[in-house]
Amino acid sequence: MLTTNQSSYDLFCFILQRSKKEKCTFHFHNTTVNIFVAKSKKTLAKPGVKNIVLVDGVRTPFLQSGTIYADLMPHDLARAALQGLLNRTGLPKDAVDYIVYGTVIQEVKTSNVAREAALGAGFSDKTPAHTVTMACISSNQAMTTAVGLIAAGQCDAVVAGGVEFMSDVPIRHSRRMRKTMLSLNKAKTLGARLSLLGSIRLAHLAPELPAVAEFSTAETMGHSADRLAAAFGVSRLEQDEFALRSHTLAKKAQDSGLLSDVISFKVPGKDIVSKDNGIRPSTMEQMAKLKPAFIKPHGTVTAANSSFLTDGASAVLIMSEEKALAMGYKPKAYLRDFVYVSQDPKDQLLLGPTYATPKVLEKSGLTLNDIDVFEFHEAFAGQIMANLKAMESDWFAQTYMGRKTKVGAPPMEKFNSWGGSLSLGHPFAATGCRLVTTVAHRLQKEGGQYGLVAACAAGGQGHAMVIEAYPQ
Amino acid sequence: IYEVKDNVAVVRINDPTSKVNTLSRHMQAEMVEVMNEIWGNAAVKSVVLISRKPGCFIAGADINMIQACKTAEEVTSLSQEGQKIFDQVEKSPIPIVAAINGSCLGGGLEFAIACQYRIATKSKKTILGTPEVMLGLLPGAGGTQRLPKMVGLPAAFDMMLTGKNIRPDKAKKMGLVHQLVDPLGPGLKSPEERTIEYLEEVAVDFAKGLAGKKVTVEKKKGLVQKIQDFVMGLPPVRKQIYKTVHSKVMKQSKGLYPAPLKIIECIQTGIEKGNAAGYLTESQNFGKLAMTSESRALIGLYHGQVTCKKNHFGKPERDVKKLAVLGAGLMGAGIAQVTIDKGVATILKDTTEEGLARGHQQVYKGLNDKTKKKSLTTFERDGIMSLLSGQLDYRDFENADMVIEAVFEDLSIKHKVVKEVEAVIPPHCIFATNTSALPIKDIAAASKRPEKVIGMHYFSPVDKMQLLEIITTNKTSKDTTASAVAVGLKQGKVIIVVGDGPGFYTTRCLAPMLAEAVRALQEGVGPKKLDSLTTGFGFPVGAATLADEVGIDVAAHVAEDLGKAFGTRFGGGNVEVLKMMVQKGFKGRKSGKGCYVYGAKSKEKKVNSGAEDILKSFKLTAPPAVSADEDIQYRLVSRFVNEAVLCLQEGILPDPVQGDIGAVFGLGFPPCLGGPFRFVDSHGADKLVQKMKRFEEAYGNQFTPCQLLLDHAKDSSKRFHK
Repeated sequence: MLTTNQSSYDLFCFILQRSKKEKCTFHFHNTTVNIFVAKSKKTLAKPGVKNIVLVDGVRTPFLQSGTIYADLMPHDLARAALQGLLNRTGLPKDAVDYIVYGTVIQEVKTSNVAREAALGAGFSDKTPAHTVTMACISSNQAMTTAVGLIAAGQCDAVVAGGVEFMSDVPIRHSRRMRKTMLSLNKAKTLGARLSLLGSIRLAHLAPELPAVAEFSTAETMGHSADRLAAAFGVSRLEQDEFALRSHTLAKKAQDSGLLSDVISFKVPGKDIVSKDNGIRPSTMEQMAKLKPAFIKPHGTVTAANSSFLTDGASAVLIMSEEKALAMGYKPKAYLRDFVYVSQDPKDQLLLGPTYATPKVLEKSGLTLNDIDVFEFHEAFAGQIMANLKAMESDWFAQTYMGRKTKVGAPPMEKFNSWGGSLSLGHPFAATGCRLVTTVAHRLQKEGGQYGLVAACAAGGQGHAMVIEAYPQ
Repeated sequence: IYEVKDNVAVVRINDPTSKVNTLSRHMQAEMVEVMNEIWGNAAVKSVVLISRKPGCFIAGADINMIQACKTAEEVTSLSQEGQKIFDQVEKSPIPIVAAINGSCLGGGLEFAIACQYRIATKSKKTILGTPEVMLGLLPGAGGTQRLPKMVGLPAAFDMMLTGKNIRPDKAKKMGLVHQLVDPLGPGLKSPEERTIEYLEEVAVDFAKGLAGKKVTVEKKKGLVQKIQDFVMGLPPVRKQIYKTVHSKVMKQSKGLYPAPLKIIECIQTGIEKGNAAGYLTESQNFGKLAMTSESRALIGLYHGQVTCKKNHFGKPERDVKKLAVLGAGLMGAGIAQVTIDKGVATILKDTTEEGLARGHQQVYKGLNDKTKKKSLTTFERDGIMSLLSGQLDYRDFENADMVIEAVFEDLSIKHKVVKEVEAVIPPHCIFATNTSALPIKDIAAASKRPEKVIGMHYFSPVDKMQLLEIITTNKTSKDTTASAVAVGLKQGKVIIVVGDGPGFYTTRCLAPMLAEAVRALQEGVGPKKLDSLTTGFGFPVGAATLADEVGIDVAAHVAEDLGKAFGTRFGGGNVEVLKMMVQKGFKGRKSGKGCYVYGAKSKEKKVNSGAEDILKSFKLTAPPAVSADEDIQYRLVSRFVNEAVLCLQEGILPDPVQGDIGAVFGLGFPPCLGGPFRFVDSHGADKLVQKMKRFEEAYGNQFTPCQLLLDHAKDSSKRFHK
């Protein structure tokens, strides 16, 4: 506590830096003054570090794969999101210094999907673009790459985003078949070609399908989620309840027009799409009827309590605060500290949020109580419940994270209150931008100051970011 | 002892006196008591049987209980008691679910298959099997009767005759278990603890399902299964199977092992003559087998192996965290493989890039073969390989805790290496030498710190051969020994620790036998005949083939060195035969020619005519009095055994147990005889001495029995094993 004769200016500065509801005792000339510092939290601005802001964010409607987007290509969806961002912000195209875009399952023809999408979206062909990939946190990686470019003083305005298109995925010939076909190109004589063709066996014709499985362990993510839920003793009932909550909240948010990041998209040859189509609040009874999808017959993860395969794209405009203000924008939020974490891809595949949350809070000098808005990626209801239990456990924190105490679980009333990946859908590389934009919107709507985004990703990786509301 | 959860009685097996659960008399009695109580409890509708021990369901019957029996009848009645209990379990009015995590072997498996339903975890520690045959016994609590019905005749034969461990995935496919449960990772409890809990939860659910008829025990049979069942239903087909299996067993065991034949008899009786006859045959055969010398020998080896898997020299002052291996040859690379395999960083140093590349490839292949068998994932393989640093220089040797040299067997080269290495390693670093014959003290003569020098004699191929012979000199410190043993145990080895001297223990026993083999060859016994005589005695590899495997050059080298050290006792065959073969390039398998020709892929081994020519030029006449087949066998074996006993007499060998283990695991001494010392006990020292005297008359002092053997011959109460 402070016991000096400080000037009132110093005192003012000091009060600003205290967090809310904290009792501060000051001694002025032998007089004790107790001040309850109210809602004015400190800002997370750091000296010598540029303030970086989220100007705005949009996304295409997230649709179940195989539905209305089925005939598109990934860059078509990405283009829609980029154009939507331009429309929403009225941004002059040549004002963008750089574009970073995420994607997970790559369309091989458009391996740098960022560039292909940007060209068609009407950005200047002088704006470079690159694609990043980090499983379900690919667009988080796109955004933090943008933050890095701005923080390093190399760019002032960067567009980041991500796209996932599960209606069409690359299905390959078998390795043996590919080898034969490649050799065929090099074969010079007819005889050589015929003998190569003759070497083809029926088994070589079996295609290779991409799987949502870890390459290192060959375990599908749903299987791992089921084991994780079992490890933390998460029941089927808890999972179904959480999934139902997600759908119910998403429906409510959709109906009350809260999902303002969704843009309308005229799909070529089809109608205008302007709503997510995977939100389907069901009943506990109906959900209980489903059989487990991965661990049979005794598993707990079902189609109803998992996120579904989704097509969708998202985009955000990130700028230095100076530039945004100079261009006349009213930013939505500050993007503050962020972390990436990684753990054992077998048994802790989906525990990213548990590891990332305490780390990023520590970095920002905040506690869980300081956070007003939580947006966690919901890969599986069981995964969310497991993370919440892990975050509530001192034993887990001490045994596996090398921490003295647990970080604590977020209060549910602040948690994913406009739905989540389970209900809105989860186009892998587009989800990160949705989480960040939703935090910004919820902070504005609910009047909070800090938001926290956290997500798990294949490979046993994870991410968290602290977002601060832009003063209204 | 049991808890009722939702009308399901959960019985948690836990033997507080041991690390594993075994079916002892005590446990059986307790089990009967608990089951009777459960059957009497009307509130209980089903039962879950689970172990509280991580990594062990029930490891088998208590061997000591069987060994304590004096007569076959006693053992038979033990078997019948077991049969009775499991019969009650099988006929239980309420379903019993066996929830299996960890080893479920022998009597444990017989218990499990008597239950109505089986659930196993997919843990790496979960293995199912009937290893009784490896102890010269048979599954004596209904196993020979229930298994064929459960998994079919061919699979049942395979399991019981080989005793092999079955992994959970395979067990499910075979129909040995009904459901599998994944092992869990970290949660709110340790993975091991939570996995057992989870297994119990799942098992309780299934038990409820079984009680409520929501789960059925019978699984739908596929077409293949139906066809197989149909075919097996035909008596002539079954007869043919019995015949084939019988002749296969005879071919492999040479009729030296009674257990496999008795197993076939039990299965056949059960299927052809019905349950009552089958169970009776099983219990009677079990009793008979328990009284055989073969079973005693195999059980002795089992106990010996357990003893030799412990460190009797205490905990070393520091753990070996970085090991360096010199020489990337067959041995060096093999040592590196079994070290990185266990997570210890290893430097593999060679002098040439070709040598290094070859060694590196050997390690990679060894691990990659495991990925093909699915015992490793490719990522685990890559992670293990990342611990290996192949190099040509002494970089990073300053961080090595132990150096094992496996360079060429030449004293001056070894001295050079000692000096080079000691210039770069830290003071605490141990220098181990992998030599098969050079005395360690001679190698240590070049060392500035002989207390840190020790011999570690590995056997080729290192990743397959279980034995490690550790040799201490009178200067080797106890901590150095403790550390070498610790490293060997980590590498998964069975370890004997012996004194220093030319050929130590193992090579010294093998050399006279090989000298006698050369003698026999010179006398006109062909390599094939020699091989069949030795395998007929129970050696897994024939003497001529063994010489090719070891390397004729190595054999020549050792024969000459040990011949110099021990004189005429190591005579018999002419070393020049071996030297001439080496000169002609017949170095054994590695050079493509030795006693045999090793052609590409041809199954039938051809005798090397070049070697035959050499043998002809060294031809000796066989003394007819000692050249019958059996005589040749005993000439070979008696020289081996006499040398082993002499090693004990001279104190090279600390005890007969290690002598038996070393001979069986390192040299392939017939396991059914239990090792040279148990062989003397069971054969009778006097009879052996008589034979040797006869040979001595014909050949000379290489057959002179040593004093200790004579002592045993004189006094039949003297035995190496109590």
